[in-house]
Amino acid sequence: MNSNNNILVKLNNAGFRQSEKWLVEGVSLTVEKGKIVTLIGPNGSGKSTTAKIALGIYKNIEGTVEKYTTKVGYVPQKISIDWTLPIRVYDFMLLTETIEDSAIDEALSLTGVIHLKNKNLGSLSGGEFQRVLIARAISKKPELLVLDEPVQGVDYTGEIDLYKLIKKISDTLNCGILLISHDLHMVMKATDHVVCLNGHVCCSGSPIDVAKNNEYKALFGEKASQILTTYEHKHDHVHSDEGEIKKN
Amino acid sequence: MFDDFFIRALIAGIGIAFVTGPLGCFVVWRRLSYFGDTLSHSALLGVTMAYTFDLNIAISVFLISSVIALILIQLQKKTNLPGDALLGLLAHSSLAVGLVVIGFLTFIRFDIMGLLFGDILAVTTDDLLVIWTGGALILIVLKLIWKPLLASTVNYELAEAEGLNPDRAKAIFTILMAAVIAISIKMVGLLLITGMLIIPAAIARNISDSPQKMVLFSIIGGLLSVILGLYSSLEFNTSSGPSIIAAALILFILSLFKIKQSIKLKN
Repeated sequence: MNSNNNILVKLNNAGFRQSEKWLVEGVSLTVEKGKIVTLIGPNGSGKSTTAKIALGIYKNIEGTVEKYTTKVGYVPQKISIDWTLPIRVYDFMLLTETIEDSAIDEALSLTGVIHLKNKNLGSLSGGEFQRVLIARAISKKPELLVLDEPVQGVDYTGEIDLYKLIKKISDTLNCGILLISHDLHMVMKATDHVVCLNGHVCCSGSPIDVAKNNEYKALFGEKASQILTTYEHKHDHVHSDEGEIKKN
Repeated sequence: MFDDFFIRALIAGIGIAFVTGPLGCFVVWRRLSYFGDTLSHSALLGVTMAYTFDLNIAISVFLISSVIALILIQLQKKTNLPGDALLGLLAHSSLAVGLVVIGFLTFIRFDIMGLLFGDILAVTTDDLLVIWTGGALILIVLKLIWKPLLASTVNYELAEAEGLNPDRAKAIFTILMAAVIAISIKMVGLLLITGMLIIPAAIARNISDSPQKMVLFSIIGGLLSVILGLYSSLEFNTSSGPSIIAAALILFILSLFKIKQSIKLKN
């Protein structure tokens, strides 16, 4: 049974093996309502695999996945739309769930692509397409949002806005977010819990804990560690300045 | 009214076009034309079964095609042969076995040409019943699995992650494919059924901007092909299957001009 009813998905020592090769193993993590868990790690470290285990896409896994919600929004790392399928942004928004037009418009406006509503999906640029993907995932007001590198190909200012939006969604919808990202600067601002992967969990904890971890330093280098610690200082400063403590 | 063989053929063809239109779109989107070929080639075995055991041809073909589809799915899991080689293996071996069995059934006179290319004289009132009730069932089921099937066509993992059970939708769709082949075999012939699935959908792709519109135009394209094809089959005394497919080809060529126009308009 679910002892803590804030838990949305829980991985216990989970792993996945494809043709005798472990893509990832021994991952334990929990995503709770209103919390953002971020997976970081080098290419091929099993970030997407871990997300797919959590989503139930991979069936024959080691360990267990406990999932306490069916309202899931997913932004996959890669989607290619075949030319043979004519599909507009509007049709795509309705792909997995029938939602009201007002909810579609709202989501597309939030990610700044409402003007593309009747455009063919195949004609969008990479960044525009990512914005549509995020809009689709949030428009169904999910309890669990899984974002696999959601801002790839988005311009720099757009990236900041989208991360702010993701944070806002986590707060307003009180949904749990499992985020995969390469951008350490951005990620750490909103993340509650970081899991650093390299085929297995190399370290995990709050951003500041992970930054101090030696294995993390070995994996990403001293500089990446400074990014996190610098950020954490700034963060403390802001809080003490305003005299207000808001738990992330 | 159903006494006239031509009216019967027309009503049968119209019923078939309503079903091949939407299913054909998924065949094109999911790149299943080879799969359609394999199932329809195996239909010959179904026809011989029907003659041997005195069964309804449509039901017998449906059963055999479903079995072949199941075998294919099992083979895909258990061997390392690439998908197209497996499809070719099943398509040609089932066609060959069907022809060999026909060779043994010397007590029955077979119209091989009719089986391969369709025969408008062969459509009976019973066939009309099978086509229209079977067709209606196929469309109702397709409507029910529309969302998971379309979502998994766009992205399997997205559909799976968001709880749409794409594997079930795929399995049901496979059965629908066997069913559509079963109801159209007499009219279109087993060598040309895939054409009836693909060409109207290809016409529709050239003039559509959404999945729903493509399905609609695919049905319209199929209806026009059937009507044009059957009239010319009557006029020129040609087999019904090739006549329908040739009519569809002409419509496809016309739809290419429509694309060129819309590209010009955009520029």
